[in-house]
Amino acid sequence: MTTPPTLAPATDNAPTDNDPVLRADGVTMRFGGLTAVRGVDLTVHPREIVGLIGPNGAGKTTFFNCLTGLYIPTEGTVSYKGTVLPPKPHLVTKAGIARTFQNIRLFANMTVLENVLVGRHTRTKEGLWSALLRSPGFKKAERTSEERATELLEFIGLAHKRDHLARNLPYGEQRKLEIARALASEPGLLLLDEPTAGMNPQETRATEELVLAIRDKGIAVLVIEHDMRFIFNLCDRVAVLVQGEKLVEGTSDTVQADERVVAAYLGEPFEGAPGEAEAAEVAAAEAAADTAADAPSTPGTTKGEAP
Amino acid sequence: MTTTTATTPRGLLPLPERTARLTTAAGALATTATTGLSWTWSSDFPGDLTYYGSPAGLQIVTLTGGLLTLLLAASALGLRGLTWLTPAGRHAPTLLAALATFAATWFTLGAIAVQLGGLVNLEPGGFAAGAAALLTLLGALALPPDQPPTDPPGNPWQRFTALLTASPLRPRGRPLPTWAEILTIAAAFAAGLIAFTYGIDTDDGAPFVGYLLFIALAVPALHRAGLIARLTELTHRHRGIALTAAFLAAASFPLTQDTDQYTIIGANILIFATVALGLNVVVGLAGLLDLGYVAFLGVGAYAAALVSGSPESALGLHFPFWAALLTGAAASLVFGVLIGAPTLRLRGDYLAIVTLGFGEIFRIAMLNLNGTTGPDVTNGAMGIPNIPNLEILGFNFGETHDILGIPIATYGNYYLLMILVTALVVLVFRRAAASRIGRAWIAIREDETAAVAMGINSFRLRLLAFALGAALAGLAGTVHAHVVTTATPEQFQFAGPQPPNSAFLLAAVILGGMGTLSGPLVGAALLFLIPAKLDFLQDYQLLLFGIALVLLMRFRPEGLIPDRRKQLEFHETGQLDVPDQRLPDPAATTGVTKAKA
Repeated sequence: MTTPPTLAPATDNAPTDNDPVLRADGVTMRFGGLTAVRGVDLTVHPREIVGLIGPNGAGKTTFFNCLTGLYIPTEGTVSYKGTVLPPKPHLVTKAGIARTFQNIRLFANMTVLENVLVGRHTRTKEGLWSALLRSPGFKKAERTSEERATELLEFIGLAHKRDHLARNLPYGEQRKLEIARALASEPGLLLLDEPTAGMNPQETRATEELVLAIRDKGIAVLVIEHDMRFIFNLCDRVAVLVQGEKLVEGTSDTVQADERVVAAYLGEPFEGAPGEAEAAEVAAAEAAADTAADAPSTPGTTKGEAP
Repeated sequence: MTTTTATTPRGLLPLPERTARLTTAAGALATTATTGLSWTWSSDFPGDLTYYGSPAGLQIVTLTGGLLTLLLAASALGLRGLTWLTPAGRHAPTLLAALATFAATWFTLGAIAVQLGGLVNLEPGGFAAGAAALLTLLGALALPPDQPPTDPPGNPWQRFTALLTASPLRPRGRPLPTWAEILTIAAAFAAGLIAFTYGIDTDDGAPFVGYLLFIALAVPALHRAGLIARLTELTHRHRGIALTAAFLAAASFPLTQDTDQYTIIGANILIFATVALGLNVVVGLAGLLDLGYVAFLGVGAYAAALVSGSPESALGLHFPFWAALLTGAAASLVFGVLIGAPTLRLRGDYLAIVTLGFGEIFRIAMLNLNGTTGPDVTNGAMGIPNIPNLEILGFNFGETHDILGIPIATYGNYYLLMILVTALVVLVFRRAAASRIGRAWIAIREDETAAVAMGINSFRLRLLAFALGAALAGLAGTVHAHVVTTATPEQFQFAGPQPPNSAFLLAAVILGGMGTLSGPLVGAALLFLIPAKLDFLQDYQLLLFGIALVLLMRFRPEGLIPDRRKQLEFHETGQLDVPDQRLPDPAATTGVTKAKA
């Protein structure tokens, strides 16, 4: 099932029918003259895994940053469980949306356990005075935090490395730790920005299982990814972002079958696409070339051409 | 010199291992014995080294060095009951100790010859000491390296550095009983107190340089032997006891002094160290570069001076001490928030520039509030003089009191008061660092964007760090005003030859080790003591200080007492993965550059 980008998406595949966890209404983000995200609507329902795909430069990460308050959207609103989110990242996290980053951003010189404990920041209240006076409440909160962090480390399988510095972990474990840190803030929605970038097939497979396990804990997941197999295996629903606009949204099969998605990835011009003239030009110029060689280059040429 | 083969590592000199060990031990014994002789005929040289049978002045340094070398050499020989002295390296510490003894002895002899005009001033005892120290050094140089070098080092310098390589700590045979561990901690702190007291009590000039030379080589010797690592293990296991022992050792310093001559240095070191520890909250934990920190000390000092009951105070108030302390801390806190609130949204360099400006603005404002260019509050350049001595519950700090039968005069009293303030600041630092707030500070320092995405209100926490740091400096400033009895603008500069200034404070934190508890304390002690004792260098002081700082940052960028994190950050090697593992010595790994995250 496909929906035109301007309309609100249908709530297909939603397992329960209470309020959506996340509702983005007409989110637009402009940087000067460049419109990176244009009127995107997206909803995520409880216990749902939603994928967000699109060629490089389609505005996926910008959209993520709008959701998490790192950017203030030029237009549109983002609401979490029915309340509009304040445009401050720490308040968004407090409200219940946690995220990971496209390029890993761990606290490299803190231990694995400390990284997860930092994630608990919003769920603990102890201020400076209670830390200085070491009140019973402070000790109890520290103990609870540590227990909770240890549980999370066991969940992702890093409990045996709790006292290692984050910087010394192998790449795949750093990715996992970033997820654990995000989970420590007890989110209702987890945003994953390319969680399998740079991973080998086994690690990707493990991450898939981790994401499913997270969903089974009752946490909704919104994931950006380039690995199509990963996305189509995992997601209940997939939205395709092309040049800042939502092109298609639907089940894996719907999206896979959609010609426009194939076109967007392979670079053939499609009807009503912005920047069509340029894309056509490029396609014509490279018509002689191998299609396989075209695939990576064409999205790059159409990128950022929006008027 | 013949090339050494890779199979049998040799020392720098071609001697059989056993002969080398025996030579070292015999030399060390002889060095120890010669300190009982007269080294010079005249008592003109400071310390009076003319007596037979009683080592004095720098002879004590040589005596200590000789005994240390002897013990380490005996331990290296495997003498029963002494092997615990070298839980890590065997020969490297012996060589360093021999080097320290040699340096101190020959420096002393050279200083005698230079100051009194010629070698003729040396007695035979002096020559004997020099020869014995040289013999020890030669013996130690012939010892084979502890770690077989991976590739046979070529030139003598490489082979020399190979001799000094650190070895990993061997696992402990059987654990000591708890009482013995506690006793060891107590003994270590007592030894530290004695060494420190000796340093403070040495005469300015040559004797202090000799002492410094010795310490600079003997401490690495203890480090190579693994004794410092063992002690760290013990203090980690008995944190409370170790802190109490350190506190008691520090508090008993005035009891070792007959006059106030050196206790004032002690009191000033404590003030300086306390402020440095406060700055460590701001710089070390939260990662905010504050170049005008001394201004908060100034705010505290001026606030305390205004309410001290000084006849020159514009307010003419006389608060009891606790109220003055709170006033000083609160005034600094207010200024901290006032400066921090608009500027802490800036990142990195911008904040440094603003704080640098604030430091200067504070000083100039104090100069101008003199009644002619502004309202009369601070007396301008004259400052607020005649700050009376404190009086707490009838205990007047200006009078001499007897504690345990030992008279404690004015500065001794202030020293003891300052110990309490320092202990308070230490407590605040430790508890703040090991809490949710401290973790958030470190997270902001590490990666602000990620910290914010984890729900940390970065602005609020940075402001909290800034305000806490300011308040701690204000506390110290209150006592500072009473110790110096005058609050003038010139005490609170950005840079100057006298320690409490922003540049020295920052240097103390970085030199000691950012983010650690003991680092700034050690750094502050060194940075105060060295300029105070090397007065004779006068104009070259700052130059030498600068060179020393550059060298230190080149070879030990993590500071004298590194944070475990920092050490890993600057000297990263593959096997540092396992946290319990002893870290390789920085000198051995300085070639490894820091990997950028």
